[in-house]
Amino acid sequence: MSDIRADMTLAEPGEARFGDFVALLKPRVMSLVIFTALVGLLVAPGQLHPIEALAAIIFIALGAGASGALNMWWDADIDRLMKRTLKRPIPAGKVSPQDAMAIGVALSGISVVMLWLATNALAGFLLAFTIFFYAVIYSMWLKRATPQNIVIGGAAGAFPPMIGWVAVTGSISLEACLMFMLIFMWTPPHFWALALFMKSDYHKARVPMLTVTHGRKATRNHILVYTVALVPFALAAGFTSIGGPIYLALALVLNAVFLQGAWAIWRRDEAQAEADNYATEKRVFKFSLAYLFLHFSAILLEKGLAQVPAYADFAAPLKILELF
Amino acid sequence: MAITREHDLHKRRSGRNIGLALTLIVFIALVFGLTIAKVSRGAALQAFDHSYRPSLDPDHVRFQQR
Repeated sequence: MSDIRADMTLAEPGEARFGDFVALLKPRVMSLVIFTALVGLLVAPGQLHPIEALAAIIFIALGAGASGALNMWWDADIDRLMKRTLKRPIPAGKVSPQDAMAIGVALSGISVVMLWLATNALAGFLLAFTIFFYAVIYSMWLKRATPQNIVIGGAAGAFPPMIGWVAVTGSISLEACLMFMLIFMWTPPHFWALALFMKSDYHKARVPMLTVTHGRKATRNHILVYTVALVPFALAAGFTSIGGPIYLALALVLNAVFLQGAWAIWRRDEAQAEADNYATEKRVFKFSLAYLFLHFSAILLEKGLAQVPAYADFAAPLKILELF
Repeated sequence: MAITREHDLHKRRSGRNIGLALTLIVFIALVFGLTIAKVSRGAALQAFDHSYRPSLDPDHVRFQQR
């Protein structure tokens, strides 16, 4: 564990409203978790009872929220130093750190046990591991210890579609791994693009982001390398049971645009970036959000179209990795 | 006249209490729905209720099937 703790006193908690406790669960992150877990659950071979599926999604989201609360509890000192996180419930003085920790621990237990009971033990175990990974490995250890924090910590955000898949099938397959890798490899370029135009914040909080420890040129190099490494995983999914012609065509376009954006970031220097107020970095960051959303939407669309026999026959020759 | 006096604290916390109540109601409904979904899957169930029923007797069932 790192001993780098910003030296400051938190504001005294006031009267917390229900919305403050909801904010503690990071609802925007939860929305991405719900979406990707739902896609994993819907495209998996097999079927859950609708109530079981609803419960699975709710408890996966609740587990993500619990890890968000634990993250806010642990990071309260540095959240107060960054403009982006200053209004979170703990630094804003609305929820006490102790309450945040209690809610995080309680919801972690409830979500894991309930997901296990609603679906299967492996799904419950994966959710428990995800919470542990985000709260302990990422928040308590890597975030303040290494500039590779978000690379490894990104795994926590990559688990939801795999958990959704496992909730239905009870086992991990190539498709689940590719959905995991899609988010895992996407996370570094996504966050480093953000770090490039939010530089003063991370520096102020002494979080060892790559921009702070290795400089901005190295960050630009890393964005390009990770984007190149992301492409094979995104395209490979097109040749499995979750892919198909529409997914593959869309993935080709999206990856070409993402690569072009990463290339544009790599070619720029700080003087150019500051001259246009990091326009390229901001554009690539926004595009990266659409990139992930559209990939998972295409996976869902392929599942829907697979019910049409003519389309299924047309798509079948592409699925050469289906047997693995 | 009301038998209790409403403190300002109750007013300030009413939103929080209503939110928590709704959350608990949703949780109870979900657990109930899950129970129904789990129980209604599979073959019909019969439990022993302290009186002999041939349909619960494995020997009787095997005899019937011969």
